Amino acid sequence: MNFDPRFSGRKFASVGTRPIRPDGVDKVTGRARYGADFNMAGQLVGRVLRSPHAHAKIRKIDTSKAEALAGVKAVITAADLPDLTDGDAAMYDILDNCLARTKALYDGHAVAAVAAVDAHTARQALKLIEVDYEVLPHVTDVDEAMAHHAPLINDTVFTEGLEEKPVKPSNVTKRSQFGHGDVHQGFGHADFIVERSFKTEQTHQGYIEPHACVASVSSDGTAELWVCTQGHFVYRQHCAQLLGMEASKLRVTSSEIGGGFGGKTHVWAEPVALALSRKAGRPVKLVMTRDEVFRASGPTSATSIDVKIGARKDGTITAAEATLRYSSGPYAGAWAEVGAMTAFACYKLDNVKTVGYEVLVNRPKTAAYRAPSAPMAAFAVESAVDELAKELGIDPVEFRIRNAAQEGTQSSYGPVYGPIGIGPTLEAAKNHAHMKAPLKKNQGRGMACGFWFNFGGQTCTDLNIGMDGSVSLAVGTVDVGGSRASLSLVAAEELGIDYSQVKAIVADTSSLGYNDMTDGSRGTFSSSMATISAARNAIKTLRERAAQMWDISVDDVAWEQGHAVAKGEKHGNLGKLSLKEIAAQSGKTGGPIAGHSELVADGAGVSFATHICDVEVDPETGATRVIRYTVVQDAGKAVHPTYVEGQYQGGAAQGIGWALNEEYIYGKDGRLQNAGFLDYRIPVCSDLPMIDTQILEIPNPNHPYGVRGVGETSIVPPLAAIANAVSNAAGVRMTHIPMSPPRILAAIEAEREG
Amino acid sequence: MRYIRPLSIEDAVGQLAGAAGPAAILAGGSDLLVRMKGGFVEPELIIDIKSIAGLRDISETADGFSIGAAVPCAVLGENAALKKAWPGVVEAAKLIGSKQVQGRCTIVGNLCNASPAADSVPALVAAGAKAVVVGPSGKRTIAVETVPTAPGRTSLAKGEIIEAILLGKRAPRSSDAYLRFIPRTEMDIAVVSAGVNLTLDEAGVVTAARVAIGAAAPTVLLVEEGAEALVGRKLDEAALERLAKVCAGACRPIDDKRGTIEFRRKVAGVLARRAAMTAYARAGGK
Repeated sequence: MNFDPRFSGRKFASVGTRPIRPDGVDKVTGRARYGADFNMAGQLVGRVLRSPHAHAKIRKIDTSKAEALAGVKAVITAADLPDLTDGDAAMYDILDNCLARTKALYDGHAVAAVAAVDAHTARQALKLIEVDYEVLPHVTDVDEAMAHHAPLINDTVFTEGLEEKPVKPSNVTKRSQFGHGDVHQGFGHADFIVERSFKTEQTHQGYIEPHACVASVSSDGTAELWVCTQGHFVYRQHCAQLLGMEASKLRVTSSEIGGGFGGKTHVWAEPVALALSRKAGRPVKLVMTRDEVFRASGPTSATSIDVKIGARKDGTITAAEATLRYSSGPYAGAWAEVGAMTAFACYKLDNVKTVGYEVLVNRPKTAAYRAPSAPMAAFAVESAVDELAKELGIDPVEFRIRNAAQEGTQSSYGPVYGPIGIGPTLEAAKNHAHMKAPLKKNQGRGMACGFWFNFGGQTCTDLNIGMDGSVSLAVGTVDVGGSRASLSLVAAEELGIDYSQVKAIVADTSSLGYNDMTDGSRGTFSSSMATISAARNAIKTLRERAAQMWDISVDDVAWEQGHAVAKGEKHGNLGKLSLKEIAAQSGKTGGPIAGHSELVADGAGVSFATHICDVEVDPETGATRVIRYTVVQDAGKAVHPTYVEGQYQGGAAQGIGWALNEEYIYGKDGRLQNAGFLDYRIPVCSDLPMIDTQILEIPNPNHPYGVRGVGETSIVPPLAAIANAVSNAAGVRMTHIPMSPPRILAAIEAEREG
Repeated sequence: MRYIRPLSIEDAVGQLAGAAGPAAILAGGSDLLVRMKGGFVEPELIIDIKSIAGLRDISETADGFSIGAAVPCAVLGENAALKKAWPGVVEAAKLIGSKQVQGRCTIVGNLCNASPAADSVPALVAAGAKAVVVGPSGKRTIAVETVPTAPGRTSLAKGEIIEAILLGKRAPRSSDAYLRFIPRTEMDIAVVSAGVNLTLDEAGVVTAARVAIGAAAPTVLLVEEGAEALVGRKLDEAALERLAKVCAGACRPIDDKRGTIEFRRKVAGVLARRAAMTAYARAGGK
C-alpha cells in the first residue's frame, strides 16, 4: 500500500463541520452501555480485599473461612495469579499491583478477592479473610522519600542514570537529564535571575465512571472480557500475558467510557476478574467503588520542582534550569523524565538543563493523567517566567513572544521543531479582547503556555461498503471524546459522500488488528490517517468495479465527489456512477467492497497552547473564583470543531480543579483521608465560568489533512495560568498547588506580617 | 433487614423502643442510605416515618412555626411565611447537598446526624429553635443545641424520636442569616459556618442576639459573648470587630482534611461578621 500521509492543503466539504455525534442520543437517554451495564446469565459478584496499611509485609493469608461461607464460589490471592512475566519487570509490577505478592505497598493495595452469588455475601466473605500483616515504616511524601533516612520501599532498587553506580539501594529509581549548551555560562550573562521551589500535590483524573468489567472464562480456556477502557487491545495483551493465555483466545470488547483521561490505560481489576471467573467457572462482574478508585487506581504524581531562569535586561533568556522530582507510587515510572522533557519546550534557549528523579512512595501506582507530567513542570516554569518578566518590567506575553520557540528551534528535549504554534497562540492571546478587559478590586489576571508531544502509533481500520451504499467504519481506538463523529466526517470527506451515510463503531479485539490505545492525543490523529488510507483503498476498488461495469481501463476512471467518472475523449458519452450504484452491482462485479488499513501513524505534530485567566480572591477567606478563562490552542486542523472546543474546555476545567482544590490528603498513618468526591473536590458546574476557546490551525505536515492531537495540551497551562492570576490578585507568589483557601489565606497573612 | 412504615408516632416509638438490634429512622434517607450503601451501618430495622400524620406539614401557630420531622428542606423554601420570618434558617436548610438532596433531606435528620458541620444546625441554634421529642415515657420539648452531644451522637434516649422543630413567633424588626465557608460553590460541606439572629429596636439598636458557629468544635457552638458584643449597640465597626474576635476565640477547631485550626478560627470571625451584617439589614437596620 502506497499511502502518502503528507499534508495536501485540500478544500474540505465535511471536515470542519459540526454534525451531531452518532453516540449522542443513546448517551443522553441513558441507553448507552458503560462498563457496569454489561450483565451475563449466572454472573457472580467480584469484590477485592485491600490493605489498610501503607506498607506491610504479608506473612500469611487464611481464606478458609471465606471459602466455607455459603454462596462464595471462589477466593483468590496472588497464588492464583502465578508469575508468568518471565523477567519483564514492568509486567511484574502490573501483576504485583493487581494482587500484592509479598508486601502491601499502599493503603488500598489489593491482597485477595472473592466471587460470590451476591454483593452481600461477597462483602461478608471479605470480612472472613484473615491477613497476617507485619506493618513496616512508610513514606508518602516525595521529598521525604528521597531523604537518606527514608524507609526503603524496594531494597532491590538502585538508582539508574547516575554517573557512578550507587552502592546503596534508594527510593529513587532513575535520574534523567535533558538540555544543551552551558547553563553555568548562561547564568553568567544574565542581568536578572529568578530561582524558586514549587510543590504540587497528587491528583486523580476524576472520571465519573468507575472501573468496571465482566469476565467470562470458558472451560475450554477461551475467554471474553467486557470492560471500560481506553485501549482494549492493550488490556487483552496484558490480561492474556498475566493469565497465560494466547491473545487470540481472549476477546475484549470495550464499553462506552465515562471518562478516562489516562486513568483507564492500566489494568487493575481485569486480571483479577478473569482469575476469579477461571476459578469459579462462572462469569464474574467486578465494579470498583469510588473509594477503591481513589485508593487503588492510578492518580498522577505529586511533585517537587526547583526552577532557575536568567535573562538579560533586553528580555532574552540566557539560561534555564530545572530539577524535577515526581512520585511514581511503589513501582518504577518515567514521569519525572517526561516532566523534564516538557518543562522548557515552549522556549528557544541556548543554554538549558533539566534533571528528573523518579521517586517511589507508599501511594498507588502513578498512571497517566492527560499530558502526564507536563502540567506540573509548566506550573513551575511558567510561574518563574512570569516573575522574571515582572522583574524585567516587560509584559508577560511580550516576554514569552521574545523567547518563544519557532520552526527550526532545537527543542529543550532534543528534536528540532517543524512548523509549530507557540508563537501564533501567544500573538492571538496578545490580541484577544480578554487581555484588555478591565479588572476590579481583588481580581488578578494570569497567563501561561503549554506544550505536549502527541503520539501516533499502531492503528488498524476497516471500512465496509454495504450493498445499499452506506458505509460502516470499524475502528480500534476507543472513542473517548467524539472520535466516531470525527472519523465518520473523515470517511465522508474522502469518499465524497454525506456524513449521514457513514456509521462508525469501535470494534472488539477479535475483529480488527492491533491498535494502540486512545492516549497521547492519538485517537483522531492516528485513526483518521488509517480511515483516509482505508477509504482510499476502497476507492481503488470502487474505480475497478466501475471500470468493469463500463468495460474500460481502470486508468480511465477517476473518483470525484462520490462518483466514478470516466476520463478521456473516447468515454465522453458515459455518465457518472455513484458509490451507491457501484455498491448495488457489487455482487456481480467481484463481491463486497471494502477498504482496509494497517499503519503506524508517524509524525504526530507537537501542540502548543496559551491560556488567559482572571480570578477574584477573597482576601479575608482565601476563596478563589475563576471569573474568566480563555484557551488558545493549535489544532492543526479541527475535524469536528465542537469536540475540539470540548477538549480545550475539558482540559481547562480539570486544570482549574487541580489548581484550586484537588489533592490526595494522607494521614500520618499513611492512609488516604479523602477517598470520595465530597472531600476530593473536583469543580462543580457553578465553580466554572464559560470557558472561551480559540482554535488556531497550523497544519501538521505529516497528516493528509494537517491534523494534530488536541486532547491533552489543554491541561498543561492552567495550573500556571491560575497561579499567576491568583498571585497577582492576592499580591503574593503562590508556589504550592492546589491553592486551596487555607493555603492562600496563610500566604496572604504571612505577606501582611512581612 | 426489616423495613416498616408506621402510621402513628406512638407506633414508631414502640417499634423503635422494642427493637432488639440496631434500628434506624428513615425520613429523607440522604444520610442513612449513603451510610448503608457505603457499608458503614447495617441496621436490622428501618422505620420510615414519612407516613405518620402531620410529620410532613409545616404549621403556623400562635407561638410560631412547627416543622414536621419529615418535611424536606426544599419545602421550607416554598413556605413564604416561614421564609419571611426565618430567612436564615431557610437559607441554611437550602444549602444542604444539592437540589436533588434538598428534595429529600430534613432539618431533623440534619440535627440527629449530629455532624458539627451540619448546615441547618447553627441557624437553628441561633434561632433558638426547640425540638419536640416523643418517647416511651411521653413528650418533651428541648433546645436544639442540647440534641447533638458529640460527632454522630445525640442526647436522645432509646426509643425517642424528634417529631417536630419549633421556631418562635417573630418580634418586630427581627431577622437572621446563615453563612458557611466551602471551597466550592455548592455540593460541599462546611469548613466553618456562622448563624446570627437579631432583634432591633426602632433606632436600630440590637436588643436581642444569638450567635452560633458550626464546624469549629465537636458540636455547634452557641457563642454567648458574640451576642453580648452586639446587644445594646448598632452594628458599628467596633461591635463587628469584637464579634469576629470572640467568635474566633470561642472556636475549638481541629486540623483536618477540610481546613486548618488557624483557617477555621479566622474565617469563623469573618463569617459571623458578614452574617450579622446581613441579619441586621434584613431586620431593617441601616
